[in-house]
Amino acid sequence: MGSDSQSRTPSGAVISLSSVVVVFLLLAAGSYGALIKAPTEATMGLIQRIFYFHVSSAWTGFIAFFLVFIGSIAYLRTRSLKWDWLSVASAEVGVAFFTVVLVTGPIWAKPVWGIWWTWDARLTSSFLLWVLFVSYLLLRTLVDEPERRAVVAAVFGIFATMDIPLVYFSIWWFRTQHPQPVMGKGGSLDPTMWWVLILCWCATLGVMTLLIRVRYRLEGLRAEVDALRLEASRNAR
Amino acid sequence: MSLGHATVAILAKELKTEFRSRELLGTTIVFVLIVLVLFSFTFDPTSSESRRFGPGLLWLAFLFAGSLMLQPSFLREQTNDTLAALRLAPIDPFSILAGKMAANFLFLLLVELILLPVFAVLYNIAIVPVLAPLVLVLALGTIGLATTGTVFSAVAAQARLRELLLPLLLLPVLAPVLIASTEATSGILRDPSDLSPVWLTFLAAFDIIFLTAAWLFGEYLLEE
Amino acid sequence: MPGSAVAQNNCCAIWSRAELPRVSTPFASSPNAGLRISFSDIEKRFGMRMALRGVSLEIAAGECVALVGHNGSGKTTLLKIAAQLSRPSRGEITFYSGMTALEADVVKRRIGMVAHHTLVYDELTAEENLVFFAKLFGLPDPVARARQSLEPVGLARRSADLVRTFSRGMRQRLAIARALLASPELLLLDEPAAGLDPEGQLWLGTTLAQLHSSGCTILMSTHGRNETQASVTRAIRLEGGIVTHDSGPCGDPYGVMALAAVREAVEGDGR
Repeated sequence: MGSDSQSRTPSGAVISLSSVVVVFLLLAAGSYGALIKAPTEATMGLIQRIFYFHVSSAWTGFIAFFLVFIGSIAYLRTRSLKWDWLSVASAEVGVAFFTVVLVTGPIWAKPVWGIWWTWDARLTSSFLLWVLFVSYLLLRTLVDEPERRAVVAAVFGIFATMDIPLVYFSIWWFRTQHPQPVMGKGGSLDPTMWWVLILCWCATLGVMTLLIRVRYRLEGLRAEVDALRLEASRNAR
Repeated sequence: MSLGHATVAILAKELKTEFRSRELLGTTIVFVLIVLVLFSFTFDPTSSESRRFGPGLLWLAFLFAGSLMLQPSFLREQTNDTLAALRLAPIDPFSILAGKMAANFLFLLLVELILLPVFAVLYNIAIVPVLAPLVLVLALGTIGLATTGTVFSAVAAQARLRELLLPLLLLPVLAPVLIASTEATSGILRDPSDLSPVWLTFLAAFDIIFLTAAWLFGEYLLEE
Repeated sequence: MPGSAVAQNNCCAIWSRAELPRVSTPFASSPNAGLRISFSDIEKRFGMRMALRGVSLEIAAGECVALVGHNGSGKTTLLKIAAQLSRPSRGEITFYSGMTALEADVVKRRIGMVAHHTLVYDELTAEENLVFFAKLFGLPDPVARARQSLEPVGLARRSADLVRTFSRGMRQRLAIARALLASPELLLLDEPAAGLDPEGQLWLGTTLAQLHSSGCTILMSTHGRNETQASVTRAIRLEGGIVTHDSGPCGDPYGVMALAAVREAVEGDGR
């Protein structure tokens, strides 16, 4: 029946082997750059090499959350569930990347600063951001009807992403007003370090794209199963 | 019917309903009192310590109060499906949200103004000389709280675990409001009192941004 | 078509007016003829559940249509879609006044609805409720309008009491007064007789007859036999979200209703 055309499209379009190979090569090159090619940082030593994946995961996470924003607005405007699939896929992937950030951060901090965690502006805001999108995903599990879930999640997703810059500004101002230990920031990056960082970012972006596509497809397949069940129940009558 | 008229009508309805029973106001005031008392055990409430921690705990108490008080905002409409009655009326759907936001703002501000002197006495903080800037900060912070809180109350009302969900959605989003109003309040309570324009502007910006977002996207929440 | 529908009002001749309790007639004042509705291929999904599976109906101005069927057959969903409370997953609904199609926001002003819930606030008095809704509908002099509407539903003496203190039947009367507040041209009723005592049902039957004869289009879901069915000119039976029987504007609605009643009795309610 025509009604199902909307939910029937995700078949086909499996992730192509070539894109997987490209992302794999990027990752390999990034790892090579981060672990071997880049010069060892003078004061922090080898542990600083985690920086390349820490920072690039954070940047990629931001992009994923921005996709939630796009998907949410587009869903409310078009009412096409595909945009909702994009939102949920991006939110999950974004949360995954920010989990990487929150895990690699303390691993980096412990040897360098001597503590696992400090309420530094960046750490705090990343943590808050992670919580924000975990509650987004939680909210989704608490609404059963797909259309309702999409609407409710879209509105919350929009509010959550609009909150990101506010969270960052407020925490940054808050922390700069309060004296705190200087955390080995500042100083300029060596040009090689920059290149490696950009390379790693490209690699994580590639991983993000792949993950979002897989997750999007999964959501599409779920919808297709639902549509088929619906049709089966209709024919059974 | 114009947005303004409908908003006022709904605001009046909310006020009439609440002031008839005063259930919400009463419960929230008692809740905040409990929080204020319990907070006194977490640090040594001398005058200088209170100046340091007081503003933060005050705003944290208000945020908790908000996440408690705003829950029924849309749940109440489910009893007799009166939300459907509102949606049957030929009004701008945003007026439903706007009326409730205005009502919630007034309720919260009232609770805050009642509890401010109690806070001042309990924690030995002089507020009388700085009352005007303090009320300004209270108002700006509360607009942000009421705006996002009302929208999320409509979100939570449509989910399972609705009573549990609102604080979970609301509190992380309100972190900037907590920071900004706490900082502004500590500035005011500091010895040479100073009202930080940065934080005031920030609070105003937060209010404007989320009011606009509620205006653009809030009405989708009212559908069925 | 509108003319024929009005003419069929005689089908309730078996209801002798003399037997009815005294009733004043403030509602029978729709300024225009009723609305015409066109449902085209309406589908409504709630996740996995299909509430309506392609309903197409033309309801002419002035018809009094009874929707019959089991619980869960889609009657309420169809009424909610007609009230624009619920948007269809597929298909379209159009309202016409005369020959002109109406904009969505204009239509709301002309629709009155009695839903499954009472749609009134328990914490307000009867009069406050009606004043509030009169204001939302932008009616002139809301207070006078509210008082005027409480009279015929027999709640004038209790107008200053909180709805919380009302009995089920009184709440239902108030719900009906609320629906009729703005002199609707289309009346949507979801089991309007629910909770009404026999006298109340009789009153409702008379009120509907008056509204019907004034040209108001009525679409209601009914359950079992009751007084409200007196003015019915057409019956539509829904089953699993599909129209299975439609007496049409000129057919025998009572046959369809009787068939539905028998089926429900035999198969048990709610499947």
